[in-house]
Amino acid sequence: MKSFTYERAKTPAEAASAAARIPNAKFIAGGTNLLDLMKLQIETPTHLIDVNHLALDTIETTAEGGLRIGALVRNTDLAADPRVRRDYGILARALLAGASGQLRNKATTAGNLLQRTRCPYFYDTNQPCNKRNPGSGCAAIGGFSRPHAVMGVSDACIASHPSDMAVAMRALDAVVETVKPDGSQRSIPIAELYRLPGDTPHIETTLAPGELIVAVTLPKPVGGKHTYHKVRDRASYAFALISVGAIVKEDGTGRVALGGLAPKPWRVEAADAELSSGAKAVTTKLLAGAKTTRENAFKLPLVERTLSAVLDEARR
Amino acid sequence: MRNPSEFELSRRKMLIGAAATSVTAAAPTRGSAQSADGASPAKTQVNATSKVSITVNGQVRSLDVDTRTTLLDALRENLHLTGTKKGCDHGQCGACTVMIEGRRINSCLTLAVMHEGDRVTTIEGLGTPDNLHPMQAAFVKHDGYQCGYCTPGQICSAVAVLDEISAGIPSHVSADLLAAPEATAAELRERMSGNICRCGAYSNIVDAVTEVAGRKA
Repeated sequence: MKSFTYERAKTPAEAASAAARIPNAKFIAGGTNLLDLMKLQIETPTHLIDVNHLALDTIETTAEGGLRIGALVRNTDLAADPRVRRDYGILARALLAGASGQLRNKATTAGNLLQRTRCPYFYDTNQPCNKRNPGSGCAAIGGFSRPHAVMGVSDACIASHPSDMAVAMRALDAVVETVKPDGSQRSIPIAELYRLPGDTPHIETTLAPGELIVAVTLPKPVGGKHTYHKVRDRASYAFALISVGAIVKEDGTGRVALGGLAPKPWRVEAADAELSSGAKAVTTKLLAGAKTTRENAFKLPLVERTLSAVLDEARR
Repeated sequence: MRNPSEFELSRRKMLIGAAATSVTAAAPTRGSAQSADGASPAKTQVNATSKVSITVNGQVRSLDVDTRTTLLDALRENLHLTGTKKGCDHGQCGACTVMIEGRRINSCLTLAVMHEGDRVTTIEGLGTPDNLHPMQAAFVKHDGYQCGYCTPGQICSAVAVLDEISAGIPSHVSADLLAAPEATAAELRERMSGNICRCGAYSNIVDAVTEVAGRKA
């Protein structure tokens, strides 16, 4: 790990301002992804701003009847919150499908959204990777690409976003609240948080330098049956090959979001409209324009079959 | 008695030497992930230490550590509490599991300086050879290990798992998110999945934890 200086931030605005002012600074919250990457020198910040003491660790009911989740709420606490378990089952299920008990105790809501890909070539510093080292090339294209993305990919990068939680947040139309270095605040719908790789895969979000996520807000509950089905190589503690999160109402309408398939949680509103027509119709819309490799083409039929199972479960 | 730090110093010197060699070898191919920010972090040398005070197994311990020191390394190298083990050092194996304020975490994936004032419980704080914690006694009785390297992490994790079940925290295999979870074998296997055992003592570990859960109920 490269050396770094360390400070504890006292307010969100102060933290954002310091992050923009100090060159090569990074926020640290749970640290479960950042420290892993720092040990491998994939991330090499020279200054860490510890945001753990910013009192952003509560879940409050909003005036609209939704929930405002502090950026520092730990994954375990979010999944265990009685309101989340009752009204946002897809979110609780997605959280519990991810990582291990130890990691969920430490990982935060904002950190989960901003975690980086687990593409093996991003992790291997001996390999070219446009995300890690812009312009160096992509070893995944033409390489081992079984876990990689098939939607939203480019010739520069086929890495997938690893988060389960973000898939549920996308299905729930969550809104990310931030503080900018100048102290101003803004709200970003989660649909607009992530950027597709294009020819700049190292720029992953629409956040400005130094901009700090302070909360994630959920609209009021939409009802329906919530499911999150994750398909992976182990029964527990593995990243998704694919995952399907769905909210299905009694009349058969609802929403679907996918994980493990794209550089961001994948949802196509036009596909939601097909939900009452069945899995095939939805999948056709969701995966239109898919770009597969020989090793990850299996993901397309797997999505349809998993969605079919999810819809059967919802009707039960 | 021999001063434990003498051994430690020579061992560390050797490790530092080995680390420096591998860094040199890796340097030419290392990517500059931050080059888009206009900074050149690889050339910047920062020497940073920080004071931190952590309550470990009920005792306040004050340390002056390099900011890079993980909680795991602080426990093992600075405080000589070598019960907590370093397995993968990347949060994948669970050997380094300790409890902070009663919650289990991977001590390899957190920095010591981030834990000012926190209360840490390690395997040394759970029980002693003469006065075993019930979970330790159950692991011995059910032969919940072979080589024993993952065992301190398994035991710390298991103690916290039973607390999590008592607190009503659901898991991936809980059929009903709103019902109180029970310490079934399926629940224990899922909840313990962050602790890997290379010897494959899993079934005996489940037996040990089940027995302690039964005593509690």
